[in-house]
Amino acid sequence: MNTTNLLVFDGLLLFSIVGLAWASLATTDERRSVILFMAFGLVLAVAWGRLLAPDVALAEAAIGAGLSGALLLAAVRKQSPGSSHTHANPDRNYSESGAKVVLQWLVTLLCAALAGTLAWALLHALSSAPHDTLPRAISDNLVASGVSNPVTAVLLNFRAYDTLLELAVLLTAVLGIFSLGQTTPGYQPAGPVFDGLVRWLVPVLILTAGYLLWVGAHAPGGAFQAGATLAAAGVVLRLTGRSRIGLPDGFVLRIIMAAGVGVFLLVGLTLLLLGRPFLGYPPAWAGALILLIETAAMLSIAATLLLAFVGGQPQSTAVNAAANRQREENSRC
Amino acid sequence: MINLASSILILAGLFFYLAGSIGLLRLPDLYTRLHALTKADNLGLGLLAAGLALHSQHLLTSLKLLLIWLAVLAASATSAHLIARQARRQETRR
Amino acid sequence: MTELLLLSATGLMLSLFLGLLRVLLGPSAGDRMLATQLIGTVGVGMLLVLSVLLDEPALIDVALLLALLAAVAAAAFTGQQEARHD
Repeated sequence: MNTTNLLVFDGLLLFSIVGLAWASLATTDERRSVILFMAFGLVLAVAWGRLLAPDVALAEAAIGAGLSGALLLAAVRKQSPGSSHTHANPDRNYSESGAKVVLQWLVTLLCAALAGTLAWALLHALSSAPHDTLPRAISDNLVASGVSNPVTAVLLNFRAYDTLLELAVLLTAVLGIFSLGQTTPGYQPAGPVFDGLVRWLVPVLILTAGYLLWVGAHAPGGAFQAGATLAAAGVVLRLTGRSRIGLPDGFVLRIIMAAGVGVFLLVGLTLLLLGRPFLGYPPAWAGALILLIETAAMLSIAATLLLAFVGGQPQSTAVNAAANRQREENSRC
Repeated sequence: MINLASSILILAGLFFYLAGSIGLLRLPDLYTRLHALTKADNLGLGLLAAGLALHSQHLLTSLKLLLIWLAVLAASATSAHLIARQARRQETRR
Repeated sequence: MTELLLLSATGLMLSLFLGLLRVLLGPSAGDRMLATQLIGTVGVGMLLVLSVLLDEPALIDVALLLALLAAVAAAAFTGQQEARHD
């Protein structure tokens, strides 16, 4: 397949991405901006697919199409309670004072300088270094990694440190979310049509998450994509108005939140005690250890993303049950 | 023979995609646009997926394509309903 | 067959642009949401065509994920948040 045949397609794809990004940033209406951003995410997922990066495309599809849109729409709604559409805030028509103009130009110049530096670095990297050494190093050692998908091999074996630290960043983020206290209010029941969809969608999403986790060993997929899919199942449940969205209570939830980092560290330290380097898996065990770590990471990632959507600590089951009973009584009157 | 059938299905799917998009652009209000959109979702993707399934001649791939079509079918009907209901509610509130 | 798939990829791109026009024109948020829905379906179609064209079967999984999550945005868009009880 000659790639020049897709030149027109590529050009138009690029144009639509830049156009959507610009439109999303340029609009002053938050809700419009969020919808444009969702369209941007959809086109971006196609672009990653076109670039033959299905791992990234999967993550973008799950996060961009499912989670970030829902999260941002909820955030917009929280900013303007009551009415669904408020614009023309008086304080947004700010006066163009001198200091503000200078600041704007300063920020513009800094952004331009940053973009220029990045472009120069990219050009430098592409022109100077022979860029096939890294792929060759990976494919040479793939046999010893325990998996046959090179992306998973890099993420969970060769550069496992990076993934461990990424999970630590997620843990820090979820601690921040927890510190916000109780959750924001849930949703009103969405009606029988959406409920009917969700009844089969949630099991299929859970199945898909398991599939992505398992397939990650030899084909595109893995813990991040699976975790995002699992979180999407929870988001869908919350949107139907249910208060139970698959998150366990208190202590178990905290264990799940920390499971990714915890299992990763436990594996690393155990290997250290056995006289191997930190996270230097023995080749015979590598496949099983990677699957173990990825399963824990998937649960942590799903809990983190879902808690970000919920926006705080979920209420305990007892409180929920009381609220549900209250609601039932209200509807009966 | 199979190639021909698959080509015809793909072209038909493309036709419905374009018809749906033109309808989305040209029709006068939200409810009529909803009607145009579901053509692209249901028929466009359905025919395209059927054509590609014939082309792949692979059972698992075909089943996946079927699942994708069914998912989009359900999602499109549901979201069309949700958006129409919200538009209606906002109209009556005004 | 390759020519036909190239044609469909470009045709789908045309469809995407028509949808984008509706996203930009509006006028109501519901219209924009509908057009985003179309862009999602076009994206699914594009990924399916690309998976054959580029011989990358994993793109079908990406399309599957997009298809499964297609209703989430619309539900989040129309969902009404409850008033706080406390």
